[in-house]
Amino acid sequence: MASDVVTLWDINIRHLPESPERRTIDNHSQQTNADLRELGAIASERFGEDVPGCETSRGFLLEAELAAEEIERIAHRLLADTVIETVDVTQIDRREVPANTITVLPKPGVMDPVAQSARQAIATLGIAVESVRTYRRYLFPANASAKLLEFVAPRVLANEAIEQVVFGELSAEHLALGSSYTFERVVVPISTMDDAALERLSREGQLFLNLTEMRAIRDHFVEQNREPTDIELETIAQTWSEHCSHKTLRGPYTYEGEPGEGGLLKDTVFKVTKDLDLDWCVSVFEDNAGIIRFDDDWNICFKVETHNHPSAIEPYGGANTGLGGVIRDILGTGQGAKPICNTDVFCFASPDYAYEDLPDGVIHPARVMRGVVSGVRDYGNRMGIPTVNGAVCFDERYLGNPLVFCGTVGLLPKERSFKSPKPGDLIVALGGRTGRDGIHGATFSSGELHTESESVSGGAVQIGNAITQKKLMDVLLVARDRDLFHAVTDCGAGGFSSAVGEMGETIGAHVTLDSASLKYEGLSYTEIWISEAQERMVLAVPSDNWGELRELCESEDVEALVLGTFEEGGQLLLTYQGETVGELSMKFLHDGRPNIVHHGKSSRTPPAPLEVPSDVKPGKALHGILGSLNVRSKEWIIRQYDFEVQGSSVVKPLVGESEDGPSDAAVIAPVPGSTKGVAVGCGINPRLADADCYAMAASVIDEAIRNIVAVGGDPDRCALLDNFCWGNTERPEVFGTICEAAFACRDIAKGYGTPFISGKDSLHNEFQTPDGPIVIPPTLLISAMAIVHDVRHAVTMDLKKNGNNLILVGLTRDELGGSHFNLVTGATGGTAPTVDTTVGRSIFEAVHRAIGEGMVRSCHDLSEGGLAVAVAEMAFAGELGAAIDLADVPTSEKMDAMTILFSESNTRFLLEVPQEKTDRLLKLFGDLPIAVIGQVTEAKELSVRGAGGEVLRESIAQLKQSWQQPLK
Amino acid sequence: MATVNVLVLRSPGANCDEETAHAFQLAGANTDQIHVNRLLDEPTTLEKYQILCVPGGFSYGDDVSAGRILGSLLEHKLGDLLKAFRDRDRLILGICNGFQVLIKSGLLDTQDDSGKLLATLAFNRHGRFETRWVHLRMRPGCCAFVTEDEILEMPIAHAEGNFVVESRSFLDSLTESGRMIATYVDNEGKSGDFPVNPNGSAGDVAGICDKTGRVFALMPHPERHVIPTQHPRWTRRGDQPTEGDGLRLFRNAVAFFG
Repeated sequence: MASDVVTLWDINIRHLPESPERRTIDNHSQQTNADLRELGAIASERFGEDVPGCETSRGFLLEAELAAEEIERIAHRLLADTVIETVDVTQIDRREVPANTITVLPKPGVMDPVAQSARQAIATLGIAVESVRTYRRYLFPANASAKLLEFVAPRVLANEAIEQVVFGELSAEHLALGSSYTFERVVVPISTMDDAALERLSREGQLFLNLTEMRAIRDHFVEQNREPTDIELETIAQTWSEHCSHKTLRGPYTYEGEPGEGGLLKDTVFKVTKDLDLDWCVSVFEDNAGIIRFDDDWNICFKVETHNHPSAIEPYGGANTGLGGVIRDILGTGQGAKPICNTDVFCFASPDYAYEDLPDGVIHPARVMRGVVSGVRDYGNRMGIPTVNGAVCFDERYLGNPLVFCGTVGLLPKERSFKSPKPGDLIVALGGRTGRDGIHGATFSSGELHTESESVSGGAVQIGNAITQKKLMDVLLVARDRDLFHAVTDCGAGGFSSAVGEMGETIGAHVTLDSASLKYEGLSYTEIWISEAQERMVLAVPSDNWGELRELCESEDVEALVLGTFEEGGQLLLTYQGETVGELSMKFLHDGRPNIVHHGKSSRTPPAPLEVPSDVKPGKALHGILGSLNVRSKEWIIRQYDFEVQGSSVVKPLVGESEDGPSDAAVIAPVPGSTKGVAVGCGINPRLADADCYAMAASVIDEAIRNIVAVGGDPDRCALLDNFCWGNTERPEVFGTICEAAFACRDIAKGYGTPFISGKDSLHNEFQTPDGPIVIPPTLLISAMAIVHDVRHAVTMDLKKNGNNLILVGLTRDELGGSHFNLVTGATGGTAPTVDTTVGRSIFEAVHRAIGEGMVRSCHDLSEGGLAVAVAEMAFAGELGAAIDLADVPTSEKMDAMTILFSESNTRFLLEVPQEKTDRLLKLFGDLPIAVIGQVTEAKELSVRGAGGEVLRESIAQLKQSWQQPLK
Repeated sequence: MATVNVLVLRSPGANCDEETAHAFQLAGANTDQIHVNRLLDEPTTLEKYQILCVPGGFSYGDDVSAGRILGSLLEHKLGDLLKAFRDRDRLILGICNGFQVLIKSGLLDTQDDSGKLLATLAFNRHGRFETRWVHLRMRPGCCAFVTEDEILEMPIAHAEGNFVVESRSFLDSLTESGRMIATYVDNEGKSGDFPVNPNGSAGDVAGICDKTGRVFALMPHPERHVIPTQHPRWTRRGDQPTEGDGLRLFRNAVAFFG
């Protein structure tokens, strides 16, 4: 054997079978074989053979010259846990690989954090190795056909967007990382391009710009009398992308032929905040997150992001980096905030979707859900941030285009709430290295998904490494407190290009691209500039502080390097190996984009009359709603998130006697030793959008505030965030619905006096199939946070004590349009719920006062499923019964029992109040709609009486059982 | 009483150091959160401390397996120092990831004389990360951190907490030598399947100590139950207690030096 060939070791680790002593399970094997069984029917139909089970193992590939004793130590003492695992060490090319062996390993250039750590761990043994890769391996029976395995591999074993599948023996080529890069300045001859050529350049270069924008770029360079370089075009495309510039909702528009005053957002959500002009709003729509006042020393900030397209292609990585990204937004707010809790909201198609109906290029929704949940779990838990609130919505139109919303709340010293880079500051990159991951994420997310998205845009998927970011956070917050930098921002979509471009917007910047630290060789200067490799922040550091910052970073193994300087002159200058590769004026970059006018058309129609099938029974409808995917218990997800880390939780996501009832919102007390808290909640209900988008938006704002108020949050210190996820807004009927939703945001937030402080939109959420696009329902997520003045007054939704009164607050109207009653009974039509902010505001204030004065033992808002679901949930969470009489319910008009029970009218709460406090409470509500409708009972059943006698009587245990049907 | 100094060990990925330090402070101790790199640079740093605590989190990402890399560092780079610390009547506490780290470092005496491993913390039996409040039966045994036979409530939050032994006899020896300090029970003190035993641990083990009783490690998080409003059912109680159950362990550790 030639001496220059380095040995490739394969350390293969298998789980030992379970025994009475060893009560363990092999997760990987169980999940894989379960997935194989699920695929069974469709595969056997296509290939005429059954899908066999397989043996699974994991392993490491080591490139190193090692003594036998060394490799033994690495394998047995470090990489395998010999109490539960067995390990084999072989050398590649010196062994026989059994037939039907499939090895799955990360594609070259894809992050492999476990391999990085393993290498570090091997070093602790005093042994050096060249390189380490991880893999998973699957061994199928010898008689399984190659065709079948080729079908199975990408569906169950691997995700080919990020992983390679190797049949049989591995070779060194599979381990290659990158090849060397020869510098060559690339010039794009744009000046002579006609419209067709411009469009082709936009498409083939994945710039995702339209013709008007491409023409503006061409004209700019013609005016300059030169051709652009590739990096200049990329920089413009990133900055002008929908993702970074939000050109649709910030640009000019018309609605029903009427032109708006400014952009749609400016006329609506921004305007509310401006008009309200509240002194506790510290920074709104400016920084990476909105900031409000918390107490005399601290401010809090909140941001919610979407990561939809990456999650469609690689659910785990997409959701993982979605959360990682929004956490960085918080780290990059002001001069760096400490993340104190996360929120997560997902929209999927049904996990029961038939495999055989799945369009090509779509990952099955059950796998999407599993991947997304684990992705969020692994980032949040590893960063040590409690995930305290969320929601999951199901609709078949999310099939190829799931939605993943991740939010983070941060705590920020009051005096660190603003930043500004100064000319002469060093541009310092902190954290992870730059690789070829996530190229074109910003532009890709601004287009539509289609069958081929996976292969064309696979590079847009990033893989996170939460520990790199945790380390980064640790040093960043210390550096902030030592005053080592002037400004900080995160590297999100667009990478350095967006971060430096934004920070240097009013100054100018010079970046030397060859100074970036790379994961592997072979990146071009353009790739370095636009890579969306994760876990990186950019700081503006006075040169006097650079030494101390570098030392701090080195002391905790965090990489920091100088990428350039903020230089006056308003130019963005990019150099590589001493040569200028790009020079753009900040003015053109940020103000040169031509406006595109969007036109909105109303498709609002008067509601169809409600039609209810004749055989509907209230008890059955209640069980149906409790068991519906949207309402059903999410305990399976919630418990996978650490909602206790940081020790701050006061109202947890699961509450009640058995700690499994659905909390309305979370309360945390983020400052140790202080009883001041933050309530965090949300509202989302895309079903209502089919009835009326204005009503949908109004209702979800009301729901978000309701949830906050129900746990003790102050409605007068409540801030909102918007996330619009829509289809292709180039179509006037789609743009029309987003206008209607935005108008509702303006009207309702103004009426309630609740400012919007931050937001993020994601448009083009459509999946193209040969039969036409699948368009998601208009989806508005409203997140809310509010101050809880004393967390010891917080309230949960579980019933507490037999004999207490049940008091309904708020007016019930005949509003079943878009309701869950309709969903489960097959009823159609009806009016969608409306919002009366005048009465509503008084109700919120009165409920808040009653809670603050200790009159309320439990409180639950009425939402999906109305009164019936609310009282059922309160009863089973408290493991008590309830008896109510519908005759006493305040209603807008005379209506039947079914409508009173299931109407989803807004601004309603069910309160549990001790007898002796009831009169005082009723007095406090004055003329507002309120009534005692029943009592908490010892008997564990829910009984409802109407005008004509008993309407329903159901056992609490059975209601809970319907609600607790497994989600997975 | 002289002030007790506690070193809460930070590491890349440790994430419960702040609330753990806060819990020790509530118990009257002085605390410093110190990065493992400082200890490697300057091992004598440890001298001024009476208690070393390895807090929860995901040290080095738990990438190879939970606690493996930090455990390996403690074993190979700081092993003698930590054994000497323990032998000078000082205390070592591991919580959650700290338990995973300590069991993999060998400091919990869970290997035989030849170095063969006799116990580990494997993946939870139901296959998922789990956050859940549990009841723990505490028995003092030979452990310096526990003084009373009692039931305490605190949360778990882990994926790899399933205590697995190589043989039944090792489990028996833990019981016989008074090293089985915390076990999962129900609210009446009885053992049971999931969710009473939330991860499938052999012998319902939630926490064990070493042969000296001065190195103690447990999977649940006592630092997350030091004030009443952290309790999952505090809104259901009439009067609130003055403090949370978990604070007891920190008070006992500090009182050990009184």
